[in-house]
Amino acid sequence: MAQMNMVQAINDALRLEMKRDDRVVVLGEDVGKVGGVFRVTAGLYDEFGDERVIDTPLSEGGIIGTAIGMALYGLVPVPEIQFADFIFPAYDQIVSELAKYRYRSGGEYPCKMVIRTPVGGGIRGGHYHSQSPEAQFIHVAGLKVVCPSNAADAKGLLLAAIRDPDPVLFFEPKRVYRAAKGEVPEGDYTVPLGQAKVVRPGADVTIVTWGAMVYEALDAANKASAEGVECEIVDLRTLWPLDIDSVVASVKKTGRLVVVHEAPRSCGLGGEIVSLVNEKAFLHLEAPPVRVTGFDTPFPYTLEMEYLPLAHRILPAVLATAKY
Amino acid sequence: MTTVSTDRGPHHRSAERRPEDALAADVLRVMRPDGSLDPAADPHLSDAEVLALYRAMVRTRVVDERAVALQRQGRIGFHIGSLGEEATIVGSAFALRPQDWLFPCYREFGAALLRGLPLERYFDNLFGNAGDLAKGRQMPDHWCDREHKLGSVSSPIGTQITQAVGFAWAARLRRDDVVALVYFGDGATSSSDFHNGLNFAGVYRTPTVLLCRNNGWAISVPTERQTASEGFASKGAAYGVHGVRCDGNDLFAVVRACRDAIARASRGDGPTLVEALTYRLSGHSTSDDPKAYRPEGEVARWSELDPIERLRAHLVARGQWGAPAEAALHAELAEEVRASLAAAEKKPAPALASMFEDVYAEPPWHLREQREALLAGPRAKGHGG
Repeated sequence: MAQMNMVQAINDALRLEMKRDDRVVVLGEDVGKVGGVFRVTAGLYDEFGDERVIDTPLSEGGIIGTAIGMALYGLVPVPEIQFADFIFPAYDQIVSELAKYRYRSGGEYPCKMVIRTPVGGGIRGGHYHSQSPEAQFIHVAGLKVVCPSNAADAKGLLLAAIRDPDPVLFFEPKRVYRAAKGEVPEGDYTVPLGQAKVVRPGADVTIVTWGAMVYEALDAANKASAEGVECEIVDLRTLWPLDIDSVVASVKKTGRLVVVHEAPRSCGLGGEIVSLVNEKAFLHLEAPPVRVTGFDTPFPYTLEMEYLPLAHRILPAVLATAKY
Repeated sequence: MTTVSTDRGPHHRSAERRPEDALAADVLRVMRPDGSLDPAADPHLSDAEVLALYRAMVRTRVVDERAVALQRQGRIGFHIGSLGEEATIVGSAFALRPQDWLFPCYREFGAALLRGLPLERYFDNLFGNAGDLAKGRQMPDHWCDREHKLGSVSSPIGTQITQAVGFAWAARLRRDDVVALVYFGDGATSSSDFHNGLNFAGVYRTPTVLLCRNNGWAISVPTERQTASEGFASKGAAYGVHGVRCDGNDLFAVVRACRDAIARASRGDGPTLVEALTYRLSGHSTSDDPKAYRPEGEVARWSELDPIERLRAHLVARGQWGAPAEAALHAELAEEVRASLAAAEKKPAPALASMFEDVYAEPPWHLREQREALLAGPRAKGHGG
């Protein structure tokens, strides 16, 4: 076991898979010589050369469009979009093409890749370096969406995603890129897609969350514990298809649900989780499910710590749900 | 400060698409008005090849006209055809080598048939039936066929351009001698994917042939509203991509331009933007009525450059064709179309449960739930099985 942060763990996964499978190609803006603006691909250019770690023109649509062609040829592209906020020039290629290729061709043309991109706020990045657009990709059929919260999961999930037969959006919570440090197993292992993890057991309230907000939920749970309320935190890890069994099992135990996410509230993934719990565990609920989320505003710069669903907003929601 | 006028006068701004454009000095032509071939540009096709290509062009038109009739009769929902563009479509597909791939727009079923897509499979696609390779999941003319190296048709304009560039780029990275040819219309040159595709193709010198079917119209919008530049081939220069214009209604010119482009790509000299000057003699699709926006006289003048008529005149001049051969060809094609159509039209719709396949490699729990609910519901009986 080695101590790694999430940047190092993702880098480790990329290196390992590029060694194992010579079809794997990394491409994107600044991913080559400089190793990415967050240094996630550092060292790969020197190790694998400019035909496998490719600095591209500054065009997200071009990156994903050509990566689709590469995938159709049989390569395994792992494109990086520098910030998730910049992914929308590629939105048509992702939702109308990548997500639909297998289906629209009757299975003639499976088309897989892993699109890595940093998400989330709390880094003083303003509207265009802070958003969490997962719901906009989950709503279109055909994509898988992953968002790890820690280094060990990031490595195992990325290896699983690259080997998965379907296209995967791999959202990296940039606020904890370096802060989420922990033990990371050496060598090859995978964390299966579609499996959540209970990161804190508790009997009173279920908190479902992912990415950087896992730490805010843990902070709130510790404070709630001081007031006699024990939270169970379910880290989704794979956002879609989500691990409904783990969510429902936890809610059946606690009878109470708080969903926490950074993205705006309306039509967010939290709404879908609440609906699913209503459908599958309604008679186990002791209180109305609650969402603690970003607001339905553009992501603000100066007031970002008021926008984010941090522990100080999660705690009152947890206590109110517990007392309902 | 100097003001540069970009107005090329009323002639350039004319809404009418003139056949003379296809005869301009910078446009590659092989067939002369008298039907003879310019030896300087002749691609030297054998007699058998020219006859086979003439047959393929006529076959494309016969199938096209039949598909329009099927739509008018309400037997299929839609058709998008290639009337008048057969030389561009058939000639370019013919120029490909067996290992090369074709990325279609949506107007090139003639290229698919030439490459070996069985006619019955094409009709299966028009009906969206259980025999359709796309499993009835797309509109008519949105086919795909991996066996014959034919990509998958998408409606959003231009998306296939970057994909073909990426595909060819991958072949180059793997040191395979494979060229990808991608079709798009003049309207697609306005899309971001045209820019992205040309730019990536130029930067990485990908072995791609970018074939712009300049047919004058993007539904109701004329070429002049897509660009202020003189044609489209010149756009290549800004991307470091070689550009050529050819007479798209001259089979020999299309074959020559595409063969040159493929050879160039194969030897590592990078992509070529081929602009084929042709004309859409029909509406955009069966859902469109061009009478609302374009002058009849324009169609009449372009009909005089009908690529099938021109090739037939050439064959007659070569002493290889006559009325009996023409009649025999049409009889043969009519029978082929009748038999393929009858076989396709009999096939059932895709099975109800197939709606949930191929979204992912394996259906996750939410799709299994939705499938089971549908199969337990009132539509389960009597629909596809």
